[in-house]
Amino acid sequence: MALIDIEPHEIRQRMINDLQRALKKPVYKRHWAMVIDQAKCVGCTACTTACVAENHLPPGVVYRPVVETEHGTYPNVHKTFLPRPCMQCDDPPCVKVCPAHATWKRTDGIVEIDYNRCIGCRYCISACPYSARTFDKGYFYTDGTPEIMPYEKEPNFEYGKEWPRTDRESSPIGNTRKCTYCIHKVEKGMLPACVTTCIGDATYFGDANDPKSLVAELLSSPRARKLREEEGTKPTTTYLV
Amino acid sequence: MKKFIKVIVWLIAVIGFGVGLYGLYLRFTTGHRMTDYGSYIPWGLWVVFYIYFIGLSAGSFLLSTLVYVGKIERLEKIGKLALFTAFGCLVAALFSIWLDLGHMARVGNVLFHMNLNSMMSWMGILYSAYFAIILIELWFALRIDLIETANTGRGGSAGFAKFLTFGSTDTSAESKSRDHAKLKVLGIIGIPLAIAFHGGVGSLFGVIQARPHWNSGLTPIAFLIGALASGGALLTAVVYIWGPDKNKQKLNEMMKFLGRIVLALVLFDFLLEIAEFLVGLYSVAPAERLPLEAILNGPYWYVFWIIHFALGVVLPAVILFSTAVPKGRPDKNVGGAIAFACLLVAVTFIAVRFNIVIPAQINPEIPGLEYAFSGPGLKFTYLPTTMEWLVSLCITSFGILIFLIGEKLLPIVKNDNREVA
Ligand code: SF4
Ligand code: SF4
Repeated sequence: MALIDIEPHEIRQRMINDLQRALKKPVYKRHWAMVIDQAKCVGCTACTTACVAENHLPPGVVYRPVVETEHGTYPNVHKTFLPRPCMQCDDPPCVKVCPAHATWKRTDGIVEIDYNRCIGCRYCISACPYSARTFDKGYFYTDGTPEIMPYEKEPNFEYGKEWPRTDRESSPIGNTRKCTYCIHKVEKGMLPACVTTCIGDATYFGDANDPKSLVAELLSSPRARKLREEEGTKPTTTYLV
Repeated sequence: MKKFIKVIVWLIAVIGFGVGLYGLYLRFTTGHRMTDYGSYIPWGLWVVFYIYFIGLSAGSFLLSTLVYVGKIERLEKIGKLALFTAFGCLVAALFSIWLDLGHMARVGNVLFHMNLNSMMSWMGILYSAYFAIILIELWFALRIDLIETANTGRGGSAGFAKFLTFGSTDTSAESKSRDHAKLKVLGIIGIPLAIAFHGGVGSLFGVIQARPHWNSGLTPIAFLIGALASGGALLTAVVYIWGPDKNKQKLNEMMKFLGRIVLALVLFDFLLEIAEFLVGLYSVAPAERLPLEAILNGPYWYVFWIIHFALGVVLPAVILFSTAVPKGRPDKNVGGAIAFACLLVAVTFIAVRFNIVIPAQINPEIPGLEYAFSGPGLKFTYLPTTMEWLVSLCITSFGILIFLIGEKLLPIVKNDNREVA
């Protein structure tokens, strides 16, 4: 359990309040962070699905898979679950390798991709040690049926812009895509889709620069761990183990 | 015999190109949807072919500098052939990597929005420079011959040559020595450039810390040695068929000389490979071990053992040892045997390139990721699809056709040096 004294039903309200406070600050003073409590995650993958729905992810693209690990031997087994969004690294290797400056670290901590500039070379996918980047090859779920369903062509709103999917050539098709911490929602005062759908309240979100925020408190927990820290990528996404 | 081989090469190139066009058609109409690479293994066959051809190009270019900078007399007559081979391979390489992009029309962003921290941006810069140097060098190397062809030749070839002289008519000895001086300077610039860009391709992989199989200081060096071995081998085979062959004795001596260089390079490359394998296999970390185990013992073991090891190292080494190394006057079949061994090295080198690109990507960076979510491309296995092969066939045939047509139209090897003029 996280070492904080908070009732489950207060968690979301507190995160919303934290978010509102952060939005009043200038962008460069925010540092969005996500904290995932592995002890609370039940592996239901609701967050994965919510993310697919929110960002209209096509087949082959996933931002937040939940990785299951089985420990022990039968009958003494247990499972742990590791939801894996983008780590929004502070020292992101994906940014360093991009030949077109199409991806960069924003001042608020998000690693953004400019879909209109990305050439689709996939160098960043190779360079990410978390496999957090995926390649949109232009599939639809209703491929092979008489008609591509209109709901698949609806735009998503990543990075606060509209990205319709009406043909098979235009961005974000042909681009690298990854978790954005739902920054388009966050900037409108809403929590990321994975946070609001998490049935175990295992995912927290907020401004790490605000010492009063819930995530800042959780980040100082002795249970806080970063994934593959030895890579030197300085991930922002943090796990409570 | 050589005539027959030439006809065969023409046939292969034309048929390959024709059939491959269907792959190209699919690439332009279905994008990347019919390919097998994807989100977890992002780089596939077209990247393999890219580094294969770029290596061939760098290798034969570096050998051409032996002629223009090193002034190795024995090789004097094959300078242009080496340059032109390098050119054909460069075009094929760039074509291959261009088709691999998700947004081909945006390729210019590599230069317009250059990121000097990215090895790929450096590639953009270095390739542009290399492309320019090859063209300029070729022009100076061919200038006098072009003028002569324009004056004495017949038909289309003469007209084409006249156009390519760009109005230059000076064939005096003075202008010839000026050309040579320029070629020397260009060659001198070309050497570090070729080393930089091919070492650079190696670094493009070498700097990827997330893939320990690539992430080594040896990677750029292995790329360079591999380029010299494969490019040198290709050039040797090309010289035998298209090179100056009027003087049989001289040709065979040159073949022996080139054969020895190739043999040394192949063995040195193999030594680097052994070092990499032994050190890597000592490790218990899956990211180090898995790729090597897949190469040696995985479902595609034959790519390494049969295509690379047996046909690309052992057989050519045996042939070269018995034909190129012995001292004394070469007998008349030596050239053919050396050319065959070198062709084997050059062609089978694709297996080495394949084993560099693909196995490094098969180790899940987060264990269990492959079971977490499913969809096309969300897997850690890769087998090129027919469409990918067709596109690569098209690219390869295109490169060969550029060479064949150029060799026909341009005075790459002067007719008076040819047996069958
Ligand atoms: S997790 Fe991967 S994609 Fe996300 S910032 Fe880090 S290196 Fe880049
Ligand atoms: S795929 Fe796009 S974002 Fe990634 S390195 Fe290439 S150009 Fe940059």
